[in-house]
Amino acid sequence: MALFNLTINGKSQQVDVDPNTPMLWVLRDHLDLVGTKFGCGIAQCGACTIHLDGNAVRSCQLPVSAAEGAKITTIEGLSEEGDHPVQKAWLEHDVPQCGYCQAGQIMSAAALLAQNPNPSDTDIDNAMNGNICRCGTYTRIKAAIHTASKNL
Amino acid sequence: MATVNTKLDRRSFLKVSALAGGGMMLSFSWLAGCKPSSKEELMAMPKEWFELNSYIKIGENGAVTLYSPNPEFGSNVKTSMPMILAEELDTDWKNVFVEQADFYPERYDRQFTGGSQGIRQGWKPMRTAGATARAMLINAAAQTWNVPAAEITTSAGILEHKASGKKAHYGEMASLAATLEVPEEVPLKDVNTFTIVGNSKKNVDGKKIVTGKPLFGIDHKVEGMKYSAIVHPPAFGMKLKSFDKSSVSGMSGILDVFPINIFKEDYDRNFFDTATFPEILAIVGNSTWEVMQAKKSLVAEWENAPETSFSMAGFGGRPSTQVKVPAGLENTVAHKERMAEYIKKSGTVVRRDGNPEEGFKKAAKVIERTYTVPFLAHNTMEPMNCFADVKGDKAVVYGATQAPDFIMNALSSSLGLPKENIQINLARMGGGFGRRAYSHHMVEAALISQKIQAPVSMVYTREDDMSAGVYRPTYSATYRAALDENNNLLAFHVKAGGIPESPLHANRFPAGAIDNYLAESWEIPSNITIGAFRAPRSNFIAGAEQSFLDELAEAMGKDPIEFRLELLKRAETNPVGENNDYVPKRYASVLELVRDKSNWNSPQPNVSRGVSAYFCHNSYVAEVVDTVIKDNQPVVEAVYAAVDCGIVINPDSARNMGEGAIVDGIGNAFFGELAFENGVPTKTNFDKYRMIRHKEAPKKIEVHFVDNGEDPTGLGEPLFPPVFAALANSLYKATGKRYYDQPFAPQLEMQNLKM
Repeated sequence: MALFNLTINGKSQQVDVDPNTPMLWVLRDHLDLVGTKFGCGIAQCGACTIHLDGNAVRSCQLPVSAAEGAKITTIEGLSEEGDHPVQKAWLEHDVPQCGYCQAGQIMSAAALLAQNPNPSDTDIDNAMNGNICRCGTYTRIKAAIHTASKNL
Repeated sequence: MATVNTKLDRRSFLKVSALAGGGMMLSFSWLAGCKPSSKEELMAMPKEWFELNSYIKIGENGAVTLYSPNPEFGSNVKTSMPMILAEELDTDWKNVFVEQADFYPERYDRQFTGGSQGIRQGWKPMRTAGATARAMLINAAAQTWNVPAAEITTSAGILEHKASGKKAHYGEMASLAATLEVPEEVPLKDVNTFTIVGNSKKNVDGKKIVTGKPLFGIDHKVEGMKYSAIVHPPAFGMKLKSFDKSSVSGMSGILDVFPINIFKEDYDRNFFDTATFPEILAIVGNSTWEVMQAKKSLVAEWENAPETSFSMAGFGGRPSTQVKVPAGLENTVAHKERMAEYIKKSGTVVRRDGNPEEGFKKAAKVIERTYTVPFLAHNTMEPMNCFADVKGDKAVVYGATQAPDFIMNALSSSLGLPKENIQINLARMGGGFGRRAYSHHMVEAALISQKIQAPVSMVYTREDDMSAGVYRPTYSATYRAALDENNNLLAFHVKAGGIPESPLHANRFPAGAIDNYLAESWEIPSNITIGAFRAPRSNFIAGAEQSFLDELAEAMGKDPIEFRLELLKRAETNPVGENNDYVPKRYASVLELVRDKSNWNSPQPNVSRGVSAYFCHNSYVAEVVDTVIKDNQPVVEAVYAAVDCGIVINPDSARNMGEGAIVDGIGNAFFGELAFENGVPTKTNFDKYRMIRHKEAPKKIEVHFVDNGEDPTGLGEPLFPPVFAALANSLYKATGKRYYDQPFAPQLEMQNLKM
């Protein structure tokens, strides 16, 4: 166990956990930020995607010890009012079915648009390919990202 | 305007003041998914609610709460069921709150999500409940204003008596209405006057989903909650021999390790009481990460399990069956060998029309093809998990289940508690697809909580989830067609089977359209557990049948749509045999619609098209898949679907589900596969188990509905089965090769295509 000082959604947080604990479980179990989801535990499904200094990373493979000093953003902190252009586009296209993977999809999409505000279909396919949706909402996700891109 | 007798739905009209078992009110939310515009001011919470029946309560300010009875797994019943209630209540959708009902069999008749039956079977009860509440509000206004009820009209939550100029909103009459007698008969709206049903409404949980609010069983937390991981035997056909508690007891955050037995020995299993491993180990600790670490270190010994058997209730009141679980460690290679033997042997004749043997004897040409599919894992994105809090003689279970009513028996028996002391609360499910009809995870969490007498959140790892069985079975079907020298169809033969169940639907198309028809079935027992997987059995047999019909049409020199329409015409005008379980005209209508919408008769150069159609879950679907080979890679450019599921409640959401079923089907057709070596699944996570991803999804999907005003039928499943064949038939046009065995990707790779 060790103390870690983290900056999450603009707030300073301190946790006392094993240094190998993945950020996924620090967020979910220790900080009650359960919007970040557990899907596979091996960075293959993208359900746990968060932003580390603006980059989309899989929090299930990010040990807490490597997250100190970085700015972490989770789905809960993507926007104050849930009105980030990606979130608004998701609602406009009524993207989710079961909804479980969608926080990860949204975090990947938001990171993509921050770096590439006008992505092509291929750019979207490449950036989003690490996020699995068993419900199969991929076509709506692509349409929503294009809509969000227009409203950035 | 038809009237409906409310007596049949009496249960819905129970007025119970408290929420179910002190229900958790987890899902209370405004319907408006987005921030309201200035014109759409949200209504404030009322000071008091008045309950008109199990589904509806109205506040003094006119706000309406609608309870959605069925568990939500992504089919959007939590939006569409309340839409039906709101339609007949004749309220304004923007004044509506939706709440997920807890499991409460005294109040709701059918809290089951599966078989694409939610809307079909909820249609009349929801309409009746809405119409009854409306009638009670009218009666209250009639009493208050001293005017005849028949002269009162309603519109968007407003009651009006035109002659006297009196007007009131529902909230003003709710307290009196709640005390009135439930009318014996109520009028239902003419479906042509609907204003809510048939008009797309956004997902009521949309805002919560996109902002990461706790909605799922895995998100649930209470003070003092412990975390639990499970360890199950490493192979089908094995069981626990012993374990060494000391191997993990000193580890950080670990509190306890113990075995649990999911079912009591004398317990008669209910339908859906499938548990692959009836005894598992539970590790309890202070955090998920710590119990998952301990899982890796726990030393346990396993041994081969003997043959066992148990009795299991049939579905829907069918008689119980004795389920035999053979001993042994099974292999996919051996499965394939055994299936090959059964394919050669005669099966059990399930249907026989005319004289098929004679037809084959007289044939100038016989076409015979065999199709196979492997086992599939459901791979819901949310792994199996459950929260439970069992203390003394009370239990609360909160989690994902498609079938709370079915697991209640096991919970009661295993916990040794009467049913009335057990409350099941329904979490939004992170995917179901049939998997969560099997709710053993609820019993597991409850037993762990009972042992430690503290609340617990039990979570499977992805590896646990993918290796715990309840799979889509492996199937095979052999089709034969006899043609005369003029390519007329003389006889048709299907022989289908699987491990451990057969996929045959003997009375479905093309039965009824062919004079000489034979359907046979076979099954091979196994200890690998299986369960419902999106459109059970249809998810294979549709692909096999519709691929064969494509090949048959080609051999007969006919357009594949025309060929099917000819067969359907025969089934309509002069059906063969009895019990044909489809309406040929409705079947034909989806083929005609997809032909129109896909411009079937004006094909584009370099685009390869395949068509398929199927009837299941009371609905008819035809699909056209367009593929192109781009940079040496098969790409699904477009999919067109035509659907007859009767009245569509929430069109945009219905299209979403149709699109998803098509993506899901294409993914499983290309990649889905689970194999076994000595009882061990060869894939346990997404690094090896390939799921369809963004890049492989179709570039465009169009879902079109037949507008025929029929009562609604299934939607979640029917778009899934036909896409397998539409894809295979399209790939054949693209590559010149027929695809008989799923998954297709390895065969495409052997043709030097990139997948």
